[in-house]
Amino acid sequence: MSQPPVEYIRRITDNYAKLGYKAYQWVNNPEVPPWTPLRKLLSQCKLGLVASGGLYVTGQVAFHFKDDTSFRAIPTTVKTTDLRTAHFAYDQTDARKDPNVVFPIDTLRRLVKEGAVGSLAENFYTFMGGIYSSRRVADDLAPRLTERLVADEVDVALLVPV
Amino acid sequence: MGLIARQIEAAGISTLCMGSALDILKAGNPPRAAFLDYPLGHTTGKPNQPDLQREIMLQTLEGFTSLTVPGQIKMLPFRWDDEDWKRTAMSEGDNRTPRHDTPQYQTEEDRTRAEANAAVTCEVCELSD
Repeated sequence: MSQPPVEYIRRITDNYAKLGYKAYQWVNNPEVPPWTPLRKLLSQCKLGLVASGGLYVTGQVAFHFKDDTSFRAIPTTVKTTDLRTAHFAYDQTDARKDPNVVFPIDTLRRLVKEGAVGSLAENFYTFMGGIYSSRRVADDLAPRLTERLVADEVDVALLVPV
Repeated sequence: MGLIARQIEAAGISTLCMGSALDILKAGNPPRAAFLDYPLGHTTGKPNQPDLQREIMLQTLEGFTSLTVPGQIKMLPFRWDDEDWKRTAMSEGDNRTPRHDTPQYQTEEDRTRAEANAAVTCEVCELSD
């Protein structure tokens, strides 16, 4: 009944070949990932979030579509109706109806109120994924985001790609 | 995002990476992950269904406790109403929009506001060169 997950890497590789583009080099990290054990209950944790759905708050500069490695700090007190999206690679219809499908701001505010999560960082961070150069992500975007999360003193970070 | 998760984790913060593309999630190999088998653009749920979004988030966050092996992926039990979207997703041509290098505003009003803000220093935008 249930079909297997969609093979996106195969689909995108095929599309690029059909269009005559150079093959996209998918990030592949076969080495065992680093590990920081969580020593607190989630109900005592300050949570940070990084999302790649291209979200911005009206008044901020939107993302552009050519290897944009900038990010936006979204205050976690933001009015949900002030959130917007700019992204070249996914259907934004539902995200523009309800940003919580790619940026779970109301969901997490609710879980804090219910006591399941301790607190939220002052800001969440967003960027637009689909950056061709993994080197620019590794050497530029990822270190800058890491620096912000460390400065924010979060205990846990939730990552929400699209 | 796997790459970013690994750097944050290495800096001493426990991370959990969500995802709706299982093969891309596996290739990125983040420390902890949760897979939701929904169409792209719905990583954390369906629109205007706050109770479902809450349930998805609770089961995801539970991964901070239950995932104990680096690189493990928690398979979330939620399913889209029917699975026809998978056939479309697999057969679709490249539907990406052209790669402009100017900001792509959702509305013209957003552009006007952002340009007005540009006169003052934007404290919340960290732009790269």
